[in-house]
Amino acid sequence: MSIFLNKGSRVIVHGMTGSEGTKHTKRMLKSGTHIVGGVTPGKGGQSLDMDGTSLPVFNSASEAVTATGANVSVIFVPAKFTKAAVIDAVDAKVPLAVVITEGIPVHDSIQFVAYAQSKGTTRIIGPNCPGLITPGESNVGIIPADITGSGPIGLVSKSGTLTYQMMYELRDIGFSTAVGIGGDPVIGTTHIDSLRAFQDDPKTEAIVMIGEIGGDAEERAAAFIKEYVNKPVVGYVAGFTAPEGKTMGHAGAIVSGSSGTASAKRDALEAVGVRVGVTPSESAQLLRSILGR
Amino acid sequence: MDLFEYQARDLFEAHGIPVLAGKVATTPNEAKSAAAGMGGKVVVKAQVKIGGRGKAGGVKLATDPDDAFAKAEAILGMDIKGHTVHKVMIAQAAPIKEEYYLAILLDRAARSFLVMASVAGGMDIEQVAHETPEKLAKVHIDPAKGIDAALAESIARQAQFPNDVQRQVADVLVKLWACFLAEDATLVEVNPLVKTEDGRVIALDGKVTLDDNAGFRHPDHEALVDHASTNPLEALAKEKDLNYVKLDGQVGIIGNGAGLVMSTLDVVAYAGEKFGGMKPANFLDIGGGASAEVMADGLSIILNDKDVKSVFVNVFGGITACDAVANGIIQALEMLGNKATKPIVVRLDGNNVLEGRRILKEANHPLVEQAETMDGAAARAAELAAR
Repeated sequence: MSIFLNKGSRVIVHGMTGSEGTKHTKRMLKSGTHIVGGVTPGKGGQSLDMDGTSLPVFNSASEAVTATGANVSVIFVPAKFTKAAVIDAVDAKVPLAVVITEGIPVHDSIQFVAYAQSKGTTRIIGPNCPGLITPGESNVGIIPADITGSGPIGLVSKSGTLTYQMMYELRDIGFSTAVGIGGDPVIGTTHIDSLRAFQDDPKTEAIVMIGEIGGDAEERAAAFIKEYVNKPVVGYVAGFTAPEGKTMGHAGAIVSGSSGTASAKRDALEAVGVRVGVTPSESAQLLRSILGR
Repeated sequence: MDLFEYQARDLFEAHGIPVLAGKVATTPNEAKSAAAGMGGKVVVKAQVKIGGRGKAGGVKLATDPDDAFAKAEAILGMDIKGHTVHKVMIAQAAPIKEEYYLAILLDRAARSFLVMASVAGGMDIEQVAHETPEKLAKVHIDPAKGIDAALAESIARQAQFPNDVQRQVADVLVKLWACFLAEDATLVEVNPLVKTEDGRVIALDGKVTLDDNAGFRHPDHEALVDHASTNPLEALAKEKDLNYVKLDGQVGIIGNGAGLVMSTLDVVAYAGEKFGGMKPANFLDIGGGASAEVMADGLSIILNDKDVKSVFVNVFGGITACDAVANGIIQALEMLGNKATKPIVVRLDGNNVLEGRRILKEANHPLVEQAETMDGAAARAAELAAR
């Protein structure tokens, strides 16, 4: 078992004909992802060779779904076209749309997240995220597939490279699914959505949750853990040394006034029994001790 | 990007929101002629992107143009909570009867927009929210529907604005929404929104935050950037398309990915406690593709920072292969030549790590040493900085 993504995932790539899209389509194919085609408006009808795999290109997600039975869309189109691509995926009722693109105006994100919610048929992950991987089954996005294999840990993170770092730290144990939810102020799938799914997933035995400064998502996740999650959760929060008012790389990573600080997040998590490491390695050690490995 | 008050005022005016005459000045003479142009009493207001300037003496009433000159002379160059005043706004003075609050902002948690409105304006709204929450109306806005006249009027009623100004407040709110939407703002705040003695509703002071990600559809926003207050190293980094923030420590940091770099800063500060309180000197995310050129740009910015005593390069090779990063470091050092003078601790992990470590080892550069783990590298970099 896993969350959001599994062997049955049939993936279309929005923006497959672009350079990033092509590069990552090849990587995903190599890691065993079942990719069934691409979507680029105006380029439908072509076929693209991806290191020996021929993939059809469609004008819209609806055409792609009809022809291929796709149930996941991964979006690599440039920021200015992303809103249209997500709405296209939602209109095609693709159950999962993973938005890798960074630098999307937050007004656009709010619009497409609200649109997806109003339709109720598509989960959005991202934007500005590395995607997600269920090792050995499917890999959607840009997470390196060869860090580690399948195992009992569920991982949810705002940050891409910290996801990789944590998977690497715990590579001998392995992961059920690792989800990068993205570092933007408005995202489609939250820590809470992922925690709920990991709690409900029989294969996941323990959860690592990686947060960072900005907003109050970690505080709300802490309240949710208290109410709903009885699997062990280990936390890590980045940005203790970040000054107020400076954006730390991610559009959402900014401490404003008294809110959004790493200490507030750590305190909220520890108050509900989540053990929080000072460094990624320490968090990994905490998880090892919980699993007895 | 946060705007100055005068920029917010101009933006409001462009969107038809009622404001008083106002003009920015960078010298006492400019202040004097602006005051002369307006006639009558004016207010000289320090332009700084921080609250509490009134209490700090950054807002003064001037009776005539000569007085405006004197007041501007006193305020320009003033330090307000670490912000130097480079500009003042000369604003028409108005007899104020009541002060209100009105704002539209991004509500991250609700993944929506939020209107906040209160008749208790002029003061810190967080204090109002905390002490008298009943005086603050909060209304979520459906992003698909926005704010029309009917909704604006209902919000004005809900916030208990007096009958005689409800219509005007609603009109301001509709225009404020149009401004918020058209400019890709994440915050438009009017505090105070005032009623004058003669019954007009006017936006007296404003705060606006624009979404940097939306720059591609607002080429005009570039002109609003405050180059005078930008740290020169940050400006240089921006030219090179690097994500850099100057901090006040001694250990220069380069890493890939915003989360990992943030984490690196913490790990360095944590390790630095044992070495006389060494701290990170900067945030620098070189992103996924750590080519030699990007690495050289990054290293040269950090080595240009006179506060930097040692450098920590922390890369987890995800898509980027560590051998490419290692080659990048070596080539960057060749490009920098004798400009590179600080010790550099490198920690590589992930994709092709063994090859990457081998390249660095064989290059045997006198400034470069390697560490196996992130925590170990941070401790070593802090130790070197403390020497």
